[in-house]
Amino acid sequence: MNNTGLPIIVALLASTLRLATPLIFAALGGLFSEKSGVVNIGLEGMLTIGAFFAVYGSFKTNNPWIGIIFAVISGAAIAAVHAFLSIHLKADQTISGVAINIFAAAITSYLLMVLFNRQGQTDGVTPLYYPKEAMQSIPVIGKFLGELNWYVFIAIALVIVTNYIFYKTPLGLRIRAVGEHPKAADTLGIGVYGIRYLCVILSGALAGLGGASLSLSNTNLFREGMVSGKGFIAIAAMIFGNYKPFGALWACLIFALADAFQIVAQGLGWPFPTEFYSAIPFIITMIVLSGFVGKTVPPAADGIPYEKGEK
Amino acid sequence: MKNKKIIKSVASSLLFPLISIIVAMFVAVIFVMWAKHISFFKGVQVMFKAIWNGSFGRKDSFIETLVYVIPLLFTGLANAVAFKTGLFNIGVEGEFMISITVGAIVGIIPGIPPVIHVILVLIAGTLAGVLWAGIVGYLKAKVGSNEVVNSIMMNYIALYFSNYLIMGPFNKKGLAQTADIQPSAMLWRFLGDDYRVNIGLYIGLLMVVLIYIFFWKTTWGYEIRAVGINQYAAEYGGINIKKNIILAMAISGGIAGLGGAVYVSGIQHHAIQMVSFTGYGFDGIAVALLAKNNPIGIIFSALLFGALNTSSISLQMANIPKQIVFLIQAIILIFVAADYVYKWIAEKRKKGALLNE
Repeated sequence: MNNTGLPIIVALLASTLRLATPLIFAALGGLFSEKSGVVNIGLEGMLTIGAFFAVYGSFKTNNPWIGIIFAVISGAAIAAVHAFLSIHLKADQTISGVAINIFAAAITSYLLMVLFNRQGQTDGVTPLYYPKEAMQSIPVIGKFLGELNWYVFIAIALVIVTNYIFYKTPLGLRIRAVGEHPKAADTLGIGVYGIRYLCVILSGALAGLGGASLSLSNTNLFREGMVSGKGFIAIAAMIFGNYKPFGALWACLIFALADAFQIVAQGLGWPFPTEFYSAIPFIITMIVLSGFVGKTVPPAADGIPYEKGEK
Repeated sequence: MKNKKIIKSVASSLLFPLISIIVAMFVAVIFVMWAKHISFFKGVQVMFKAIWNGSFGRKDSFIETLVYVIPLLFTGLANAVAFKTGLFNIGVEGEFMISITVGAIVGIIPGIPPVIHVILVLIAGTLAGVLWAGIVGYLKAKVGSNEVVNSIMMNYIALYFSNYLIMGPFNKKGLAQTADIQPSAMLWRFLGDDYRVNIGLYIGLLMVVLIYIFFWKTTWGYEIRAVGINQYAAEYGGINIKKNIILAMAISGGIAGLGGAVYVSGIQHHAIQMVSFTGYGFDGIAVALLAKNNPIGIIFSALLFGALNTSSISLQMANIPKQIVFLIQAIILIFVAADYVYKWIAEKRKKGALLNE
């Protein structure tokens, strides 16, 4: 971490936000899917696909914004498969999600060989430009803003937008209705399948964007295994946040803070093994979840395929 | 008459996975064609030859397939037990890992007589797994906190705690691993020391049979299955849900833990620093799902996944990207997930038959 000339707290907060962004995107994606009643274990795979295609898009066009669009489309495409399996074919959504995770890991490392002729990781590609100097010249918070990237702003904006959609718009009401009681929603003329397709595909698009924020920000390359469980952490954050956008945001920030803190803590010279700092966020989550949050309530019809016209 | 029915139902439940596997293999050929720029028939020839030679075709590769099958039997079974109770124990990975570490530590202790030492290693590993999953089960039953979240957390805690033990107090100087376990703590390699296959394979098969008996021939197993099918109905019928959730998680973790202990005392003989997860626990999810959580089915799906994993080496030697085997696994699972199509066709045929009469 580059914290030369930065107060440690600023560096810590900035890296917390940077580390949280992929989680926030994926957790929001998970929210859309689960709120509409489709369990999405495949977020991990969708992040992987997004991370790969973001780099591929930037590699092909030299334009990172096109890379981001690639990521969103590829994430949406793989999510469409999950949607088709879960909604039309009434698949076991866990099986479908697990299949997508395996598929994503395999196809990206396969494409790494076929498209990049490389193993393990891609070449570095054109990074996403962020006006660091201009941001730093802003008074008071300039130094902090200079350490961020565009994804941080997009992610936080999307949390607000998602919250607004869920609780202030007719579409959000429909999504929640479909997730809670699809038959009632169907009776009222809401297209259950349509809403679910929309939400699952949106969840893939968001996770794809999350993948882009992982590969096309600091490192500017795709490495096998770079997602390493972030999709599962996002699922945990979503449930931990009790299936609410802001809840998920806070949960993602806690994970990221602990992650950022361990890098800082190693420089403090405290007599704890590094593994201890690494394990802290997970221990804290369990304590908070079991001690304070207790039972989280998923949407009533989460994971249950809807059959039209069934009694 | 009854036998005929059973044969028919076995045949029909095997038919669909078999078709899925064959179709998945042929879909994978397309990826081989793309990677090697060869024709379809050439692709079929090259790929099937590599997979066959790398998994069953040669003595060495067949034995290595069995080595892969051993941990998958345990992790597959562990996942299936949780799924049967309506729980998702994504923490099999962590339970497996912590048991490797605990098993290695117990295995290092010198001066314990041979047979007793192995048994101690297996018991220690099992207990570690029971503890790891039991915490999750207890929290789920008593507080209601989500088992998926908690078991994901326990995976990471297992990862870091294992690494602390392996790189800290039990580290072998200069290496990223523990010392080798004592010969008295090793499981018997029945084909000689050149091959890593060991009697852990039979322990795995025995567990399959035991779990089958437990589920279908005992009251406890019946209660667990009842909770899995419909919690409310089970509770109405006087079954204690909380007890069964904890019990099922503990059994699931215990099997995963036994698997980890078998892995260290039969295959690896020491615990290595874990850069990331071993993958056996996550593969176990797929193994259980492919077998539709049927214990006997797990033997076959573990064999399939073991064979595919092993053949990745011979694929590489044939200049075929080894990822093909994981693509095959993913495609098989997608087909298994989509088995509604099969039911739908069957139902259509039934309706057609009714109309014709």
